[in-house]
Amino acid sequence: MTATDTHRAIDAVWRIEAARIIAGLTRIVRDVGLAEELAQDALVAALEQWPESGIPDNPGAWLMAAAKHRAIDNFRRNKLLERKHEELGRDLKTQQETAVANFEIAQDDDIGDDLLRLVFISCHPVLSTEARVALTLRLLGGLTTDEIARAFLAPEPTVAQRIVRAKRTLSEARVPFEVPRGSDLAARLSSVLGVIYLIFNEGYSATSGDDWMRPALCEEALRLGRIVAGLAPNEPEVHGLVALMEIQASRARARTGPSGEPILLLDQNRVRWDQLLIHRGLAALERAEQLGGASGAYALQAAIAACHARARTAAETDWRRIASLYDALARLMPSPIVELNRAVAYAMAFGPSAGLELIDALASEPSLKSYHLLPSVRGDFLFKLNRLAEAKAEFELGASLTRNARERQLLLDRARACAGGLS
Amino acid sequence: MRFMMIVKSAERSGPPPQALMEAIDKLGEEAVKAGTMIASGGLAPSAVSTRVRLSKGQLTKIDGPFTEAKEVVGGYAVFELKSKEEAIEGVMRFMELHKKHWPGWEGETEIRQIFGAEDFAPKG
Repeated sequence: MTATDTHRAIDAVWRIEAARIIAGLTRIVRDVGLAEELAQDALVAALEQWPESGIPDNPGAWLMAAAKHRAIDNFRRNKLLERKHEELGRDLKTQQETAVANFEIAQDDDIGDDLLRLVFISCHPVLSTEARVALTLRLLGGLTTDEIARAFLAPEPTVAQRIVRAKRTLSEARVPFEVPRGSDLAARLSSVLGVIYLIFNEGYSATSGDDWMRPALCEEALRLGRIVAGLAPNEPEVHGLVALMEIQASRARARTGPSGEPILLLDQNRVRWDQLLIHRGLAALERAEQLGGASGAYALQAAIAACHARARTAAETDWRRIASLYDALARLMPSPIVELNRAVAYAMAFGPSAGLELIDALASEPSLKSYHLLPSVRGDFLFKLNRLAEAKAEFELGASLTRNARERQLLLDRARACAGGLS
Repeated sequence: MRFMMIVKSAERSGPPPQALMEAIDKLGEEAVKAGTMIASGGLAPSAVSTRVRLSKGQLTKIDGPFTEAKEVVGGYAVFELKSKEEAIEGVMRFMELHKKHWPGWEGETEIRQIFGAEDFAPKG
């Protein structure tokens, strides 16, 4: 093995082990920032030693042991920590005993719990959303600061600062390293799921970031979702979120054309949908439903996605079911966007006038005032109802609002078609 | 990046030792929990398999057992990973388990990348 090979192998080991090592160390030192430093030190030691000694049989255990040694040194020497111990109002001796006990306890069986604690602390509500996302990608995804910066089109120093500040905030707020229990759990879990879905959407909706990082973000979010589902298998919404992401990701290959143009769901070539991800998504949805979570926000969205996934052709789509799922979603989390989608589903299920009725209720919605899809969709309903003059006006309004040249052209074409029908 | 790991060995190796199966289960469980293994399966013996072959414009159906193959595919797993190195590292661990729990066993695991959305993405 050449030195380069070894370095690449170490990168791979790091990617596999980092989160678990940081999680195990955090349990011992009770400080995420310090834990990450210790883990990094162990990585540096590996980079120094492995090219000479070869990669050990159990590289993860090697890294963990190396990091623990550094943690012990740290306990013995670090004045800051001692002061911290005093602040905590505990006697140093007990602390050290506890620390030693923690070393003993932190065996393999607890790794899962530690990892889950790390997930919860990275997504802690004391942090801003940006900080949660950055810290999660950094500590659990093993992404470098540079990769995170590229994914979110942010300057690297900004992201680095964000991560440093997040760790400091956690330390200053003395956020406990724990899995929340009881009434806390639901809110904390929802923060975790929110962070994961945000990461997924950043990759999926491609609003920013460079092309290379986008699929990576989706994969990362999926991986995180699957991890949390493995760690908290009885939480229905986790499975709901995983189902939603798996099914959405299944369409990745079909949703852009040869020159990068977006292809709408109903126009996609379903042969290009990833059946493996669809099956995984449907299985996760079933799990969520079995756990009594069918009415959760993610499960409902996943169920809608599943209706599309199950239809072999666009014409086979069960729009009535989709409409009723949107009814449930609108009750659970009412929003103009959900309402707009509900109108589309109603139009497909019950005809354009049913859709028009719903969409007209949105006319005065301030948040949709400059949203091109509102007039575009309304125009489509009016067109189908043969109210061509009104449809034309809506398509033209939509064209003036969209920033996407291709979409503008499409809408202007439709407006012209209306004009043709009128003359 | 998605990879398929294809495990090949001589079919007459006999049943794998219990300890190996347990170790593989544990490794698999870890991989599922790590969100990296998204599918896996063991294959029935090639004796009960059938090949449909196209040669010189002729389709032929050939039922097992087949005599010519020294090593045959016995199982597969599909992983989603960040790099090929990560795939290699995972397979090394898998093969280490064979080395440890099944002395004398010989075989190989082939790592094949499966094309994904990124491979179809427009370039530039």
